[in-house]
Parts: sequence; structure tokens; C-alpha cells
Amino acid sequence: MTNRATREAYGETLVELVGEGLNVVAVDADLAGSTTTGKLGAACPGRLVDVGIAEQDMVGVAAGLSLTGRIVFTGSFAVFGTGRCYDQIRNTVCDSDLDVKVCPTHSGITVGEDGATHQSLEDIGMMRALPNMRVLVPADYRAAKAAIRIAATNEGPFYVRLGRHKVPEVYDESFEGGLPYAGVLRVGSDVTIAACGVEVAQALAAADLLERKGIDAEVLDVFSVKPLDEDAILASAGKTGHVVTCEEHTVRGGMGSAVAELLSERLPTPMSLVGMRTFGTSAPGDVLLHHFGLDAGGIAAAVERHLA
Amino acid sequence: MRVRTTAEVRLVANDLRRDIIRMLEASSSGHPGGSLSAADIMAELWFGGGMDFDPSNPGDRTHDRFLLSKGHAAPALYAAFYELGWLGEEDVMSLRQLGSRCQGHPDNKVCPGVEACAGSLGQGLSIASGLALGLKADDSPRRVYVLCGDGEMQEGSNWEALMFAAHHGLDNLTMLLDFNDLQIDGHVTDVCSLGDIEAKLGAFGWSVQTIDGHDVGAVHLALERAKDAAGRPHAIVCKTVKGKGVSFMEGQAGWHGKAPSHVEAAAALSELEAERARLDQEVCDD
Ligand SMILES: Cc1ncc(C[n+]2csc(CCOP(=O)(O)OP(=O)(O)O)c2C)c(N)n1
Ligand SMILES: [Mg+2]
Repeated sequence: MTNRATREAYGETLVELVGEGLNVVAVDADLAGSTTTGKLGAACPGRLVDVGIAEQDMVGVAAGLSLTGRIVFTGSFAVFGTGRCYDQIRNTVCDSDLDVKVCPTHSGITVGEDGATHQSLEDIGMMRALPNMRVLVPADYRAAKAAIRIAATNEGPFYVRLGRHKVPEVYDESFEGGLPYAGVLRVGSDVTIAACGVEVAQALAAADLLERKGIDAEVLDVFSVKPLDEDAILASAGKTGHVVTCEEHTVRGGMGSAVAELLSERLPTPMSLVGMRTFGTSAPGDVLLHHFGLDAGGIAAAVERHLA
Repeated sequence: MRVRTTAEVRLVANDLRRDIIRMLEASSSGHPGGSLSAADIMAELWFGGGMDFDPSNPGDRTHDRFLLSKGHAAPALYAAFYELGWLGEEDVMSLRQLGSRCQGHPDNKVCPGVEACAGSLGQGLSIASGLALGLKADDSPRRVYVLCGDGEMQEGSNWEALMFAAHHGLDNLTMLLDFNDLQIDGHVTDVCSLGDIEAKLGAFGWSVQTIDGHDVGAVHLALERAKDAAGRPHAIVCKTVKGKGVSFMEGQAGWHGKAPSHVEAAAALSELEAERARLDQEVCDD
């Protein structure tokens, strides 16, 4: 099994979409090599615009290009590609309901060594709060391909959260995702572990650890954080009666919060939220997952504490 | 601290380059290109009398202030702090590892001498302007120095700050522009050209000097001249070579954010050592 980063799907999928006749272009901000939108530029000259180190301009230019009938994907790192240009995303892209797909890479704590300024831990929350914006958090390379395809083929604003960290593959080629979509990857009866992105593979490994302790965990991949797959989440929570969410993102306003909003209104369920509560720090991505209790061991421990 | 002679500052710059390579090799990640291109500027600022500060007191707020706006050049800053004794061997050799004072990008909470967290480009000039404004309001004679990248100047926020600093006559503010014509995706002139940067800075109301950013004597003179010109903020456009001092990194965009392997680091260090022998000879000949 090869480990791949979700960003590796980005440029590749855009090239495929152009080949299928979609009027797709990308706008990046001096990170076309890192995000892999450079692959689109190399394969399809004229389809990639690099504005330089100017994220606000990137989103504004993307908005303008979308008004010429193009499906526009943006780049940069998640921290800058959402935070630095938030007002452009909010007031121009979302309020005008434009066909702009915000798909920066290098999201989350697993960015690693670059440290706190480069680790976007609030992007799901910021994007989720915006009307008209849909939010997809793919768990692996194949899920990322599916997410980019969904964004390209459904009109209007999307946020797709892509990463640099190489993750074990959870899905095979047949995975298509959906809108909304949350999938049960492991059936269990004692507790639901709802994860997204990098945390899905960790949650599956945590379920293996828990099994040895006699805890039967169900693992749910929350592929679309907005809209939420309410039926799938309610069904799992109703069955197990306990929900632990995990994400490489702050617990204030992220996927866990979205699940908590749903359950508190429709099916109040005891919950624990695994995620970040501080800024990050510098270290290799896997070291940070362990340090902040976001690896399989950390998740398993959180589940045991929750059930105790 | 004794202000060093030009020949001695060249030696310091060589030391900084050596330490930049050593720490990047140890961390296996980080940014050599922009750290090396700024080494001579940093050496002059911190050791050649460019800045007036108390070397025994890192983070001292009563003297001149410095901001590294291009935060990815953190190794150049850490190398200077190491030379000053503000950081130890274990600090710089743990660059980018868990718990290190040497975070991937400078962090004021853990590293003495850092004013504010850096790493998000296009923020240092605004911070420096605020600092300069505050110092002026306090009738402080102290000056503010900020080091920016040329690619970084594509950020619109910089142009807001340029306008602001000129409007408020912040002649206690000096921006050093590490003008190496490279960013991540290629040459700045190819990605999104800054055009006639001197003319633009001048039109924004700044006094402008253009120098060879690897000539420490020229950096020294430009900094002195900036202290004399009253009424306007100062920009020093330092023409540099990204990766300067390590032949295989020079002028290569690919060395922006890639650490050298052990073999590459050894080659780099032996080049720097040869350069050092040459510079030592110069000091003797002085
Ligand atoms: C706001 C922001 N956008 C993007 C980046 C990613 N980034 C880091 S360094 C860099 C290129 C910097 O080029 P330049 O300013 O010319 O610096 P130098 O050549 O001196 O390394 C980019 C795009 C960032 N750190 N901050
Ligand atoms: Mg540059």
C-alpha cells in the first residue's frame, strides 16, 4: 500500500477534468509546485495563472475569471489561501455565489516543521461558517480526486481541504464520495469515531487498538463537513450512543462542532472532541500527531476516557 | 560589543552561512536560498554597527528594533543570535524539532530577540511602521529595521504600509529589500514583475538606495546614509544572489525550501571553509 498526500491528487485531477472537456482553470500564488496546480500549467498551457505572493489578488482574479464562464480552482497553503483572503472569499465569492473552488493544500498540523504560522487549524470553521460554501475534507488520495470532481461538477463555491502529509490509502478507485457523504468504514456497536482527513486512517488504527481492549468502535469518515450527511451520522450515533470526533483542526468550530450542532438539535448524545486547542509548533507531521494526541494511540485513549 | 571592521564582518557573514548550512542539514527541512542571500545584510546589521542594540540583553526594547519579515530566512536570524550568544548550540541544532526555540519560522514566545511571529509574508513592514510610529510618538531616537523579500513585495499589504510610512514621515524606519529576483515558482520578473522598484518606492515617498547586498561595506554606507536623510522612510534595495556562497545553490529556485543532504552539506561547508581561508588572509593583509 502506497502512502500518498491528498495534494498529489490536485493538479492531476484538474488535468483529467480539462481532458473531459470542462472549462477548468487554476489560479495560484507562488506555490504552484507545492500545491501541484503546476501540473495543470505544464499539461495545459494557459490554464494556470500564477499571481505571485498575493493571495487576496488570487481570489479576486479567480472570481473575475469565473465570471467569464470558467470553473476556477485556487491554490496556496490552506493558512494563507483561506485566512489571508477571507474577505474576498466571503464577500466576493460566497455572497455572489461564484463558481470558485478554494482548494489550498498544506492544511492542518501535519504541515509539520514549518510551524504554527503555517499550520491552518481554523480553516474548516472559517469556511463552514460561510453561506453558499460547501466543505469537503478528503481522507486519502482517491477521496481527494473525488472531492475535486464533486467541486468541479457542482456549481458554486467549494472548499476542499488538501494536505501535504502522506496518508495510508483508505479507498480504492471506485470511491466517488457524495454531497453529502459520510461513510461507515468499520462497523461497531460501542462508540462512533467520526473522523475526517488525515484522522480517518488514525481512527481506523485506533479502532484496532480498542478492539484488543474489548471496545467495538464504529468508524465514520465525514467526507463532507458541509453539508453534513445527517442521516448517516444520526444512524451511527443512534446505534452506539457515544460519539468521539477527531480532526487535525481546532475543536472550536470544526468538524466536531458541526457534528455537535447536529446531535444537540436532533439526537443529544454524549460526545468528546479530539482536535487542537492551541496553536501548533514545529516538528515532523507524525511527531506532531502523536504530541497532540491525534494519532491512533491518542484517539484510542480519548475513547477510553469518554467511555469510562 | 565592539563594532567590527568590514573585513571582520565578512568573516561573520561566512560564519552565519556555515551555521545556516549546519542547522538545515540537521533539521532536514527549511530554507537555504533566502537565508544565504541575506547573510551579508544580517552580518552588517548585527555586527557591523548597522543597528544599535545591547548584545548582552536579547529582546531589549530600549534600543534599535529588527523585524524579519521574510520569516522563512529564520536560519539567518538564528545564526546571528547564535553568534551573539543569545542561542546555544543545542538550540540551533534542534531547528524545526519538537520543543526547539528555533521554530521553522521565528516565534517571539520561545526565541529571545524576536519581536513578533513571522512566516506569513507581507506583514513585517506594517509591524515595523507601527513600531516606528510608536517610537516617534515617544520621542525615542531609536530606529526600526525590517528585512523583506522581493517576491514578498507582491503582497498588497506592503504597499499599504509603504504609503502609511511615507504619509507619517517615518524617517526612523529602514526597509532592507533582499532583491534576489527569485521566489518559489521562479524569477520574480517572470511570475509577477515588480517593475521599476526604485521608481515605485520613490513615487510612494521613500528615499531609495540601490546597492550590492553582498558588499558589506556598501550595506554599511547605505545604513549610515539612511540615518542622515530626514523626513522620509528609507528603502535599501540590496541586489543579491539567492543561495549566495554555495555555488550549487546560487540562483536556483529549487533551493528555496529544500535542506541539503549530508553529502550536499559537506560540499557546501568545504566551499565556505575555502572562502573563509581567503577572507582570513584579507584580514591579515588589512
Ligand atoms: C502570505 C504568505 N504566502 C505564501 C507564503 C509561502 N512562501 C514562503 S517563502 C515564499 C517565497 C518568498 O520569496 P521572496 O520574498 O523573494 O524571498 P526569498 O527569495 O528571499 O527567499 C512563499 C511564497 C508565505 N510564507 N506567506
Ligand atoms: Mg526573492
